[in-house]
Amino acid sequence: MTMRKVAVIGVGDTKFGELWDASFRDIGIRAGLSAVEDANITAEKIDAVFVGNMSAGRFIEQEHIGALIADYAGLARDHIPATRVEAAGASGGLALRQGYMAIASGLHDIVVVGGAEKMMDVSDVASAFIQSSAADQEWETELGATFPSLHALIARRHMHEHGTTREQLADVAVKNHRHGSMNPKAQFQKEITRDTVIGSLMVSSPLRMFDCAPSSDGAAAVVLCPLDQAKKYTDSAVEIAGTGQASDTLALHHRRDILAFDATRVAAERAFKMAGVAHKDIDVAEVHDNFTISEILAIEDLGFFKKGEGGKATEEGRTSLEGDVAVNTSGGLKARGDPIGATGLAQAVEIVTQLRGKAGKRQVKDASVGLTHNVGGTGATAVVHVFRRF
Amino acid sequence: MEAGIVSYGAYVPRYRIAPEEIGKVWGVDGKSMGKGLMISSKSIPGPDEDTITIAVEAARSMMKRVDVDPQDIEAIYVGSESHPYAVKPSGTIVAEAIEASPDLTVADFEFACKAGTAAIQACMGLVGSGHIKYGVAIGADTSQGAPGDPLEYSASAGGAAFLIGSKKVIARIDGMYSYTTDTPDFWRREGQMYPSHGGRFTGEPAYFKHILSCAKGMFAKAGTSPKDYAHAVFHQPNGKFPTRVAKQLGFSDAQIKAGLLVPLIGNTYSGAVPLGLAAILDEAKPGDRVFAVAYGSGAGSDAFDITVTDEIKSFARDRAPTVKQVIENPKFLDYAHYAKFRGKINLGGG
Repeated sequence: MTMRKVAVIGVGDTKFGELWDASFRDIGIRAGLSAVEDANITAEKIDAVFVGNMSAGRFIEQEHIGALIADYAGLARDHIPATRVEAAGASGGLALRQGYMAIASGLHDIVVVGGAEKMMDVSDVASAFIQSSAADQEWETELGATFPSLHALIARRHMHEHGTTREQLADVAVKNHRHGSMNPKAQFQKEITRDTVIGSLMVSSPLRMFDCAPSSDGAAAVVLCPLDQAKKYTDSAVEIAGTGQASDTLALHHRRDILAFDATRVAAERAFKMAGVAHKDIDVAEVHDNFTISEILAIEDLGFFKKGEGGKATEEGRTSLEGDVAVNTSGGLKARGDPIGATGLAQAVEIVTQLRGKAGKRQVKDASVGLTHNVGGTGATAVVHVFRRF
Repeated sequence: MEAGIVSYGAYVPRYRIAPEEIGKVWGVDGKSMGKGLMISSKSIPGPDEDTITIAVEAARSMMKRVDVDPQDIEAIYVGSESHPYAVKPSGTIVAEAIEASPDLTVADFEFACKAGTAAIQACMGLVGSGHIKYGVAIGADTSQGAPGDPLEYSASAGGAAFLIGSKKVIARIDGMYSYTTDTPDFWRREGQMYPSHGGRFTGEPAYFKHILSCAKGMFAKAGTSPKDYAHAVFHQPNGKFPTRVAKQLGFSDAQIKAGLLVPLIGNTYSGAVPLGLAAILDEAKPGDRVFAVAYGSGAGSDAFDITVTDEIKSFARDRAPTVKQVIENPKFLDYAHYAKFRGKINLGGG
C-alpha cells in the first residue's frame, strides 16, 4: 500500500493572549469553525477530529477533550472519531501528525486537527508547576527543577561552550517581538529592545522574563484532505510534504549532550527525507522558542546553522524576515503566545499563511517551502513538518 | 434636595515601608517591583491602630472643620474590608468618639475597596430624601497582604470621612452611577488572615472593565466628558492602573495629579478614593467639577459627578490637617518591625 499525499485546505485560529471572556470550548470551536469555513467544507464532510492539548485536566479540570470538542462542534450526532493527543509542548504538532497519518493511510478523507489550551484560569505558580510536569517528575521536578531553570542550565552551558552572549539571547526576543508586531493575532504586538530583555526581571539566571514565552489562552486548527482532492475545495491548498517525529530521554541530564536536542535533529532528518528537501531549501520556519535559548538550539539542530553559531546568526539578522531563513514570522511562542496544545497548530497556520502569500506585512517574499518545529519538554519529543506550496 | 459634602477629614498612619525593604526579604528586586507598581512607599498602621482608630481620626478632623452639632448626625456608615470585629460594628465606636450617639443609625459596610463610596451613596439617599440632616460616610482600611505575595508591596492603611448634608455644602454631589457584576477577582473568606486573588485577572476583566463601564455610564447620565472636570480620582491599587484608566478615558495627568496618592502611601483599599477625593478638596476652587470612580473587587464601581461650591471659600479647612500634611513626615520601618506591627510574627501562646 502506498501512502497518499496530504494537503492543508483550511486554517483558522483565535487571537492568543488573556482570553478572559472565552472558555476552553469557546476558543476550540472558534478556531475549528474558522478553519472549516476557510476550507469551504460543511460539517458532514468531516470524518475525524484530532485535538492537541497538554493539560486541560489541570488547567481547567476537564479531561475527555476529544469528545468535548466534537460535541460542541455539533458533531456528536455524527459519532465521528475524536481523539485527544498529548506530548506536552509538542501536543499540537503531534496531533497534526496523527491527522496526517489518518489521511495518508486512506482511512479518512477529511480530518480537522485542532489544538487548544486555556492557561490563564490558574495562578502563575500553579501554571509553572503544570508546565514543569513536561519534565521528569521523579528525577527533575521533584528535586526542584522548573522548566525555566532547566532551560537556564542549557543557556548557561551554551554561553560557556560556544561563547553565546547575553545580547544574542536578547536578540531572539527582539526579533520575535518585531515579527509579532506585524501579526494581529499575536499576544504581544509591541517591539522591544535588547535593554527591555536585559533589564527585565530575573527568572532563572541567565534567563529573564523577556527570555520566556508567556502563558496564553488560544486555539488553532487546520483541515486536511488527500492532496489529489484538494482542488475540489480550494485553490490555496498547501502540501504537507514531510512529517518527522522523534523522542529522547525524558530527563535532560540523561542526554548525550544538553546543548543539542537530538530529537529535533532526527525528526527533521526524517521530515526532510520524506519531503525530498534539505534545510537550505526552507524559506520560512516556525520553531519552538519557548525560551530564547530554545530558538538558538532549534536553528542549530534543524541544520540551518552549525552547532554553536545560532546566537551569532541571530545577532547578524540571518533569521529575521529578510534573512537566510525567516524564523518565527508569527512572533513565535515568545510574542505570538504559547497556549501549549495550540502552539503546534498555530505554527502550521502561520506556515500555510506564508506559503499562500497571505501574511501581510510579515510576508516572506516568494516563500515556497516552510517548516514547523514543535518540542515537548526539554526536547524529549520533537515533531517537524515540511510544507510546500502546491 | 441639593445634597453633598459639608466637611471631610483624612487620616493615614505615619509608618512606611519601601518596596526595596520588602523585596530584600523575599529575594525580589523590590526597586523594579516598586517602579512597576509606581509605589515608592506604603503606609503601615501602628501597633495600636486599626480601621476604627483610623475612622475616628478622620471623623474628628471632619468635625473640627465645621460647627455642626454632632447630635444632628443621624447616620454613620463605615466602609472597610478590615473591620476589626467580624461581629460588632466599627461605626458605634466612631459615633461615641464624635459624640453623635445615641439618636442615630449605624452600620458597617463591606464591598472590598469601594465600601466607603457605598457609604456616601447611602448617606446621599437619606439626606437627599429629607430623612436625616447629616450622615457620615467613612472609608477606612488596614488592608492585608500575605507575606511574599505581590499584594504585600501595595496593601496599606488609611481612610477619610465625609459629612453629607444639605446645608453649607462645599461640594455638591450632582450625580451618582454604579456598575456591578459578580466577578470573583479578589476575596477573603471568614477566618482567613489574607485575601486570595486572581493575579492578572484582577486587571482587564475586573478593575478596567468596571471602572471604564462605570465612568462611561456616569458621563452619559451627567451629559459630561473628561474636559468638563478640573480633577478626577480613580481607585488606585497601584499607580499604573489609575494612570492607565485615566488615559483610556481621556483625562490628562494634570487632572489626576491631586488625587493620586498611591505612589507615597500605597493602596488604602476602602480609603483610596475617599482619601484621593479629600486631597482634591484640599486644593479645589469654587466651580471645579470633580469626577470620582471607586472600584471594589467582586466586583463593582461607584462614580460621582461633583461640583465644588462657593461655600468652600468660607470653609475652615485649616482647622484640621490636609492630606498632604497628614502624609508628610513619615517614619520608615524595616521589615522586622513591619512584620511585628502587622501581626505577621507568631508570638506563640498569644
